[in-house]
Amino acid sequence: MNNQRRNVLKAGSGAALMGLLAAAGIITPGMALADWNKAAFDAKSMADTLKALGAEGPADSKDVQVTGPDIAENGAVVPVGVGTTLPNVTMVAILIEKNPNALAAAFTLPAGTQPNVQTRVKMGQTSNVYALVKSDGKFFMATKEIKVTLGGCGG
Amino acid sequence: MSMNRREFLQVMAVAAAGGMSLHSEFALAEKGAAKLYDLPKFGNVSLLHITDCHAQLLPIYFREPNVNLGFGDQFGKVPHLVGANLLKHFGFKPNSIEAHAYTYLNFEKAAETYGKVGGFAHLATLVKRMKANRPGALLLDGGDTWQGSGTALWTNAQDMVDACKALGVNVMTLHWESTYGEARVKEIEEKDFAGQIDIVAQNVKTTDFGDPVFKPFVMKKMNGVPVAIIGQAFPYTPIANPRWQTPNWSFGIQEENMQKTVDEARAAGAQVVVVLSHNGMDVDLKMASRVKGIDAILGGHTHDGMPAPVVVKNAGGQTLVTNAGSNGKYLGVLDFDVRNGKIADFRYKLLPVFANLLPADKDMQALIDKARAPYLSKLNEKLAVSEGLLYRRGNFNGTFDQVILDSLMKVKDAEIAFSPGFRWGTSLLPGQPILMEHVLDQTAITYPWTTVTNMSGEMIKTVLEDVCDNLFNPDPYYQQGGDMVRVGGLQWTCDPTAKMGSRIQNMMLKGKLIDPAKTYKVAGWAPVSEEAKNAGEPIWEVVAQYMRDIKTVKPVNLNLPTLKSAANNPGIA
Repeated sequence: MNNQRRNVLKAGSGAALMGLLAAAGIITPGMALADWNKAAFDAKSMADTLKALGAEGPADSKDVQVTGPDIAENGAVVPVGVGTTLPNVTMVAILIEKNPNALAAAFTLPAGTQPNVQTRVKMGQTSNVYALVKSDGKFFMATKEIKVTLGGCGG
Repeated sequence: MSMNRREFLQVMAVAAAGGMSLHSEFALAEKGAAKLYDLPKFGNVSLLHITDCHAQLLPIYFREPNVNLGFGDQFGKVPHLVGANLLKHFGFKPNSIEAHAYTYLNFEKAAETYGKVGGFAHLATLVKRMKANRPGALLLDGGDTWQGSGTALWTNAQDMVDACKALGVNVMTLHWESTYGEARVKEIEEKDFAGQIDIVAQNVKTTDFGDPVFKPFVMKKMNGVPVAIIGQAFPYTPIANPRWQTPNWSFGIQEENMQKTVDEARAAGAQVVVVLSHNGMDVDLKMASRVKGIDAILGGHTHDGMPAPVVVKNAGGQTLVTNAGSNGKYLGVLDFDVRNGKIADFRYKLLPVFANLLPADKDMQALIDKARAPYLSKLNEKLAVSEGLLYRRGNFNGTFDQVILDSLMKVKDAEIAFSPGFRWGTSLLPGQPILMEHVLDQTAITYPWTTVTNMSGEMIKTVLEDVCDNLFNPDPYYQQGGDMVRVGGLQWTCDPTAKMGSRIQNMMLKGKLIDPAKTYKVAGWAPVSEEAKNAGEPIWEVVAQYMRDIKTVKPVNLNLPTLKSAANNPGIA
């Protein structure tokens, strides 16, 4: 285990870390808000979200992978990732069907970026989690069910 | 050993009912013992496997389940076979010593005849016997070793840690061990186990940066053959058990990382790759069908004492999947014949540990006696006598669980009670005195608090549906491996094949349908939320108080659901 890296990162957590990254030119101010699609994030259902993203009727694709736990350890912070081998990916989004607002995250990828994202999402209940990918201007989708349980009673 | 009149009459009645004298049957068993434990040497790589002993240092009785349902792809398949169906599948004769070892059939009489099972002193003798003609054999412990007894709880697992070192365990993985907290597990790994026992778990990472918490695998050379032992801890530890006990550790099945670990082990020269797993057997079977390059998964968690491995075909060839039962009742022996870097053949046997057929190892017995000495007066308090058989295993309820439910409802003055569907906990024969030790065998955990909650009818249904899905979700990766929560007071119907949300039907209390909007007083124990810490007194105090009051535990009325879609299922008898 790389304890030094851990300690450096721990010390640099939160705002300080963001400041460091910004100072290093990794994140530029305003970058996070550049492509904010308010209508899509405000939409409630899957259908309305897809509409707001201009992504109605995406094709199911085996080339898109959703990674995450089968059962969430903590519904408040569920690690979810999306990866794909599809070419020229410009956008990756994560949708949680049963969340009050389905769209949990949308990533705009500059040309040449490896389409592989990781984040944490909040889930109130067991739901299908969808990965939406825009490749060569077309939309593709994959899904995985993530269970959120009350816990206890095991073993 | 002294025996009171009631116990004496019980024993005589049982003997008479059997129509044969105890002595002649036991004599037969003794003669068979040589055959039972005479396992000829085979091949050049040998793995001895124990799992889920749940801290039972002394011999005990343990009744296997008569309800272990499987549906969909799991219908009628190992491990979802009970009683006569299990005997038929594995080719054992009814009324044989094997029938008693692997099934609940004829349990009371056979238990009187063959006596108690397990016990580390007897297990130690068997391990030594197996090692005698298997040079270099490794002893693997699948976990759930540090929890399940009063002494393990009171010594903070030290009695089991010392016993495992003395037994010669080489490698282990984890489940209930983690309920002692991260610091204690790491302390044992770094101090007690240093240079002797490796803890392995490819699927435990830190929650922050995903760094490994334990070694994913260890490489051991046996008679010149490099053997990799990969660890798979119980994937749902922070869900089935309290999250606050392992706040910085993340678990999960981690199938992709398992494949990566197997590939790494192979690249490092492993000629045999074995996974020491606490997934539970259904999860192991699914994992074996999807991950390539594992020669065997030695499994536990679901407490399935399966006499033969399941051979699972996959893209890389085949993987053996075993499960070695619980409570110290069995020792699994897997022998591989490795030639020119490849496995040519194998043998597997799940040996039952009959304490009367294996003399106690003196050193181990001395260690156990010393560990128990300070606690004997507490352990030996006689609380009551049981008129009926007390056991726990089964998908929906057990007689000991019913006594726990009855205790909760009486002492807490609650109309409904819930008790977790744990699969550990020993059995007591009719007429046996119930000692404090026996109550602790069913209840000794690090979060034993009792709770009384005003729950809406709707919430009661939500809880039952949630737990039922952990047991009967058609996809094993979504199962957690325990049994259904035990329910007292409430009558209900269960259709395991229905979808989540529709499995629990027709909930009734005293002849009236449960009203979703009405509030009911529900007693329970083993809360996983941090807020419920120290909620009420530990469950063993409640059960002990109840037993001291009634003195005699009459045969209980098992509160079981009306089952749908389970007729003709080979997993119920």
